[in-house]
Amino acid sequence: MKEVAIIGIGIIKFGELWDKSLRDIAVESALNCLEDSGTDRIDSINIGCMSSGLFIGQEHLASIIADYLGRLNIPSTRVESACASGGLAVRSAFLEVAAGMSDYALAIGVEKMTDVSMGEATYALATAADQDYEAFHGITFPGLYAMLARTHMERWGTTREQLAEVAIKNHRNGSMNQYAQFPFTITLDAVLKSTMIADPLRLLDCSPVTDGAAALLLTTVENAKKLKKHPVVVISGIGSAVDSIALSQRKDLLELKAVKTAAGMALQMSGRTINDIDFAEVHDCFTIAEILVLESMGILEPGKGGPATLEGYTALDGKFPVNPSGGLKSKGHPVGATGVAQIFEIVNQLRGNSGKRQIPGARIGLAQNMGGSGGSCICHIIEAK
Amino acid sequence: MNIPRHWRETPERYRLEAAKCRKCGKIAFPARLICPDCGHKEFEKINLSGKGKLLTYTIIRTAPEGFEDIAPYAVGIVEMEEGVSVMGQVTDCDPEELKTGDTLVTKFRRMSEEGKTGLIMYSYKFVPDIGV
Ligand SMILES: [Zn+2]
Repeated sequence: MKEVAIIGIGIIKFGELWDKSLRDIAVESALNCLEDSGTDRIDSINIGCMSSGLFIGQEHLASIIADYLGRLNIPSTRVESACASGGLAVRSAFLEVAAGMSDYALAIGVEKMTDVSMGEATYALATAADQDYEAFHGITFPGLYAMLARTHMERWGTTREQLAEVAIKNHRNGSMNQYAQFPFTITLDAVLKSTMIADPLRLLDCSPVTDGAAALLLTTVENAKKLKKHPVVVISGIGSAVDSIALSQRKDLLELKAVKTAAGMALQMSGRTINDIDFAEVHDCFTIAEILVLESMGILEPGKGGPATLEGYTALDGKFPVNPSGGLKSKGHPVGATGVAQIFEIVNQLRGNSGKRQIPGARIGLAQNMGGSGGSCICHIIEAK
Repeated sequence: MNIPRHWRETPERYRLEAAKCRKCGKIAFPARLICPDCGHKEFEKINLSGKGKLLTYTIIRTAPEGFEDIAPYAVGIVEMEEGVSVMGQVTDCDPEELKTGDTLVTKFRRMSEEGKTGLIMYSYKFVPDIGV
C-alpha cells in the first residue's frame, strides 16, 4: 500500500446559497482545490453526498459532477453513508491512491439542502434513521439525539449549561472562520431561550440546514514531495465502522461503538495513541454529539464530557482543542460535505494557515465524521510530515 | 409509503411479534434471519407482552412531514419485560409528566395517513400502565 498525501484543499462559503445549484458548488469547491494544489491532474473522482435524490431530485451525481468539472472519461464514483458520506469519499480517494489505481484522486463532499421546505429537509435527514422502526413512529434526528442527551443527563448529571457550552465554544471558533455559515458568537442565555425542538434540545443545540461543498486532492507522498507548494501533509490512518442504526438495538445508548471502533482502527493504522493527537474536528451535529464522541473515542472518560467542556478543556486555547473550524454548529452542516470540510480545516491547521484560530504547533489532527445517530463513523488521522 | 411496505410489517406492528433464538434465547424485534449474538438461524416466533419500562424519551415539537398535526408528542425507547427494547410514541398522557422508569403498556392505535393512497396505518403506541 502506498503512503498517501493531501496536496490540495478547496471549500466554498457555507450557507443558504439560493443562487447556486448542487453542481455549481461541487465544481466550485473542486476548482478551488485544484488551484490550491498547483496541479490539474485527476485520475478519479470520489463524491460523497447523502441525499441529492430527496433534496433536489437528482441521482447519478458521479456523472453530472464529472461532466461540469470537464473531466469525462475517468472513473467517477458516488458513495453514501448518511452524514458520513464525505468522510467515506475521502476514504475512497485514499484507497484509489494507496492501491495504485489512481495517481491523483479527487474527493468531493457536497449537499444542497435549501431547495426544499424545512419539513421536507427534516424528512430527508430522517431517512438516515431506521425507516420502519424509528421514522415510522415520528422520530426526528434532533429527537434521537435528545433521547441520548436525556440519558446522559440522568446517568452522569450533565447539565443544560454544559451542553450549551459546546455550542458557545464552537460559535466562538466559527466567528473567526470566513467560510462559516454563522460566523458569530452566541451567549448562554440565547441557547437556553432558543426554541425547544425536541426536549431537552433547543434550536441552538442543533447544527443548521446548509448548502456547501468541499474538496481534497490526494496523491502519493512521493508525488507530494516533488510539488513543493505546501508542507507535506499525509493521511496516516483511517478507520471505518458501523453500528445498529436503530437506538433500540444498542446495548448501551451512551457508547457510540462505531465511533470507538473507527477511532481505534485509525490510531492503530497510524501507529499513534489518542495522547499523540493535538486537536480534533468532530461531528457536533448536536451539542450532546460532541460530548458522546469525545467520550466514545477515549479523549475524555465517560461522564466527563460536560464538565470538561465547561472548564475549557476543548476550547481553542485548551488542552485538547475540538472543532477549531466552528464545527457543524457554527460552520454549517451540508451533510455530505461535512467529512471533507473537517479535513480541509485540519490540513489548514497543519500548514499553519488558520489565522486567528491557528492552534500553535499543531502536528497531528483527527477528523471524526459520523452518520445518523452513530450508525456509521469514519475517522482520519492527518499529520504534517 | 405503498401498501405492501406497511402490510408486511403487520405481525410486528399489530401484535408485537418477535423472534427468539432457538440456541441462545436472544429476542430480536423486529425479526431477523440471523441471530446478532450467536449467529444461529433458527428462531421461535413469540408475541411480546406489551409491558415495559421507559428507558428514555423526548417530546417532538418540530415534527417531520405527516406528523405536524399531532405535535407536540412524546417518543420513547421502552425496555420490554422480555429484555428487548422498542421505540414508539407515548400517548394518553401529558408528555411533560413522563419520567424515565415509568411502566408503560402498548395499545393498538392509528399512526398516520398516507396522503396519496389514503392508506391509514396502525401500530402499537405506548400508554401509562394504569393496571387495567
Ligand atoms: Zn442466538
